[in-house]
Amino acid sequence: MNSFLAANAELLITIVKIALLLFVVLTVNAYLTWFERKVVAHMQSRWGPHRVGPHGLLQPLADGVKFLFKEDPTPAGVDKFVYFLAPLLALALALTSIALIPFGPDPIRFFGHDIYLGIAPPDVNIGILALFAVTALGVYGVALAGWSSNSKYPLLGGLRSSAQMISYELALTMSVVGVLLMAGSFNLKKIIEAQAHHPEWGILGWNVWPQILGFFCFFVAAIAETNRVPFDLPEAESELVAGFHTEYASFKFAMFFIAEYTSMITVSCLCSIMFFGGWLSPFPASWTFTHYLPSAILIPFGLWVIWDGIRYETIFGRIILPGVGTVIAALGAVFVVLPGVNEFIQGPFWLVSKILVFLFVYVWMRGTLPRFRYDQLMSFGWKLLLPVSIVNVILTSFVILARMQWGGK
Amino acid sequence: MTASLVVFFVLAALAVIGAVSLILQKHPIHSALSLIVVMVALAGLYLLMGAEFVAAVQIIVYGGAIMVLFVFVIMLLNAGVEEHTSISKMAGAPGLLLVVALAGFVAATIARSAESVQTASQSGVMSSTKDISNMIFKDFVYPFELTSFLILVAILGATVLAQREKN
Amino acid sequence: MVPTNYYVILSAILFGLGVFAFIFKRNIITIFMSIELMLNAVNLAFVAFSQALGKLDGQVFVLFVIVVAAAEAAVGLGIIILIARNRQTLNVERVDLLKL
Repeated sequence: MNSFLAANAELLITIVKIALLLFVVLTVNAYLTWFERKVVAHMQSRWGPHRVGPHGLLQPLADGVKFLFKEDPTPAGVDKFVYFLAPLLALALALTSIALIPFGPDPIRFFGHDIYLGIAPPDVNIGILALFAVTALGVYGVALAGWSSNSKYPLLGGLRSSAQMISYELALTMSVVGVLLMAGSFNLKKIIEAQAHHPEWGILGWNVWPQILGFFCFFVAAIAETNRVPFDLPEAESELVAGFHTEYASFKFAMFFIAEYTSMITVSCLCSIMFFGGWLSPFPASWTFTHYLPSAILIPFGLWVIWDGIRYETIFGRIILPGVGTVIAALGAVFVVLPGVNEFIQGPFWLVSKILVFLFVYVWMRGTLPRFRYDQLMSFGWKLLLPVSIVNVILTSFVILARMQWGGK
Repeated sequence: MTASLVVFFVLAALAVIGAVSLILQKHPIHSALSLIVVMVALAGLYLLMGAEFVAAVQIIVYGGAIMVLFVFVIMLLNAGVEEHTSISKMAGAPGLLLVVALAGFVAATIARSAESVQTASQSGVMSSTKDISNMIFKDFVYPFELTSFLILVAILGATVLAQREKN
Repeated sequence: MVPTNYYVILSAILFGLGVFAFIFKRNIITIFMSIELMLNAVNLAFVAFSQALGKLDGQVFVLFVIVVAAAEAAVGLGIIILIARNRQTLNVERVDLLKL
């Protein structure tokens, strides 16, 4: 038994990592739907889900149960193989892209094996290119779903949506080239390390300042890729019935749903890694007191949850919320007490906070902006976004070349 | 039976199954999906050989753009199931024999070729994108510019061809 | 490691299957896809030899082949759309007269 474990240790570690990450991603997806409904509701001066569990926290669970028990009809005349393949493809590709993202710089030493945070090894030399490859294949899920449904509205919605995704894919990949020129590698870890060249600059060393054009192009193109507001015409409820997933019921619709939110998470990860320094702290490296920031945030938040929970209206809430609050506060206390864990958690903490900020911006836009008309959408992608990203590449190359020619720093 | 040999056989089987499925499927969309499987399997084989940039480009360009174009055209033209006529059934068997002969001839020629190519050393080193781009922009810069011109011509041609007539 | 022979034999098999599909399928789009299959088989041979000889020329040439295949697919599919519009059929056996 021991020798079997030792011989296949890497494989077993990878399998455990995959299972863990899958669980985490699916839970984050579920609570992202809760988060979205709550935030959009509060922006519209209403409460959102607040009956199912304290503060509506068990709403995703109720939604999951609903999806399991709802009837799952297959329309007549569909191409059975493609009809079943499309949501599987969308979900599989969306989840695969999460596997390529590194979540932290330092590995955990476990019985002599280095366990890195993130499934792919940190020296995948084509990191960002592999992510784009997975995104490029994601068009098939949408196009095949629309076509196989044997109905007018899904076909139109699917064709429009896939045309939109292909058009914005160009702008997406071009807007990243500036970052790649500055970092000199496709490797995500090296891109973050290139932003840490001046550790005393903190937030000023991140890629977003020199690459502000690239960042806006990337963010807008990413919203169009994930079919979110304001680019969600192909799947909006008031247009085209529901677009390419009209004929998909309960569980298959849930698969498309999860795929969309997972690609949102992936894009937020990419934004934070490439433009906002990934796991780097915004404070200069010499301000070591900022290492207590995770605890400084978690402990008061946990205490507030306890205080709010004690005064909650239902008995269930009065039990659950203080429990959750205690867990959060205890986690913060652990970070203060164990400095080794504190140092290790710095990287993932900053990356996760940046991802959460981007997810909030996504949801904020959903609650605020009206949607583009289809022809406006396409002309925006081809006539504005693509030329701007090309100009960004040219400018970046000029600046890098000028630095090389005339010395520079 | 090393790990890379096992991976090779799995990917090779996937590629051949995809190609056979391309021939046997009746609906063009299923043939297109089989071809996508072949391309992804080939990308895996490129990764196995250490050509990571080519593998990524294969998936992005071939699998993510060219095949999407094929799938769009099949959807737009509403291509249906293929009809069978008398000519094709007759020529099926001798055709298959001839194709097997062709493939066998090519394979046998290679197999009888120089020893240095047959089992040459594959060091398993990943070829870096930097070296490839150095080559493209230094030794092959003229063909590179020509291909960009070719793409421009193709874009113009496709746009003009697909226009509706102004009646 | 995998001997280069294996890759080349696989490439020959895929090329043969592509030729078979090219000659015996009747849908013009499927014929076009068999051309892409043949190009892919050749790409595999290029990369295999590039790895065997240790030079990168093969991989650079594969990139050019992919680009040319993309351009060819775009124009070819444009022509196919025109044929489908004018003859209302995608069966090559029906498009055998120059006159409509």
